[in-house]
Amino acid sequence: MSEKPKHTLNPNNWVGAHSDYLFNYTITRVDNSELAKDIVQETFFSGLNAQHNFRGQASERTWLISILKRKIIDHYRKINSAKGKAEIRVNFYEDGDKKGTWLEERVPKMWDNEAEKNIENDELKNALDGCINNLPEKYRVVFLMKNVQHYETQEICNELGITASNLWVIIHRARHQLRKCLEDNWFAK
Amino acid sequence: MSNKFFINCDEATAICNKNQYKEASFLEKLKLGIHIFICKKCRQYSKQNSILTEVCSKHLHKCEDQHKLTEMEKGQLQTEVVKRIK
Repeated sequence: MSEKPKHTLNPNNWVGAHSDYLFNYTITRVDNSELAKDIVQETFFSGLNAQHNFRGQASERTWLISILKRKIIDHYRKINSAKGKAEIRVNFYEDGDKKGTWLEERVPKMWDNEAEKNIENDELKNALDGCINNLPEKYRVVFLMKNVQHYETQEICNELGITASNLWVIIHRARHQLRKCLEDNWFAK
Repeated sequence: MSNKFFINCDEATAICNKNQYKEASFLEKLKLGIHIFICKKCRQYSKQNSILTEVCSKHLHKCEDQHKLTEMEKGQLQTEVVKRIK
């Protein structure tokens, strides 16, 4: 039985000691610096209000991060609910005999052979960045967490409060939109 | 029985996307393989999807720099927090 020193909270030092860390943590998950700043601030405020719940078993930072995680999930839930519906571009017939087959105008076009071979091109990077920025936020966040941060599927699900099948639907739609965007702006030109 | 292995283009591309992360199951890959064998459009999609993956891994990199707040932002934040400490 080891006697662990109990941790304490020192709100006067929170900003100095933790704000950069929390900000950096947040920005990879919300992809917007103003918003990340607000979320960090809200985290500190919630922390102040919840000080009596701190039992000193975890470090101050771990405790603040657990509050921050709730905030990120709340934010993601907000953008993942109501408003996103209209942004989804349909690629397949939704009912009738042809249900699940390609809509004529969404069928993948032939890509330029040379362009296909030349993917190192710097301008292609600009086109890709542009296409990613055009994704709805909820798709962009998941896509970047998966493709850039290389988080495990389960980790993303935990961090954003979604199920694995949600995640794959989001990735599916994001990649459809990206493929089409790169086709229009680069490969089929 | 047969329907179990025959999927539509929507389902096939969904598996194809999952497979880009090597997370499709054996059964899913089998269904995808059968579909791609008979569907030219999805064969095309699948090929382009691999190119998309390649483009992303070439051009998207984790930014190693830490994102930081400016001193001014920290100052404002500090003021707000201290205001609420009783």
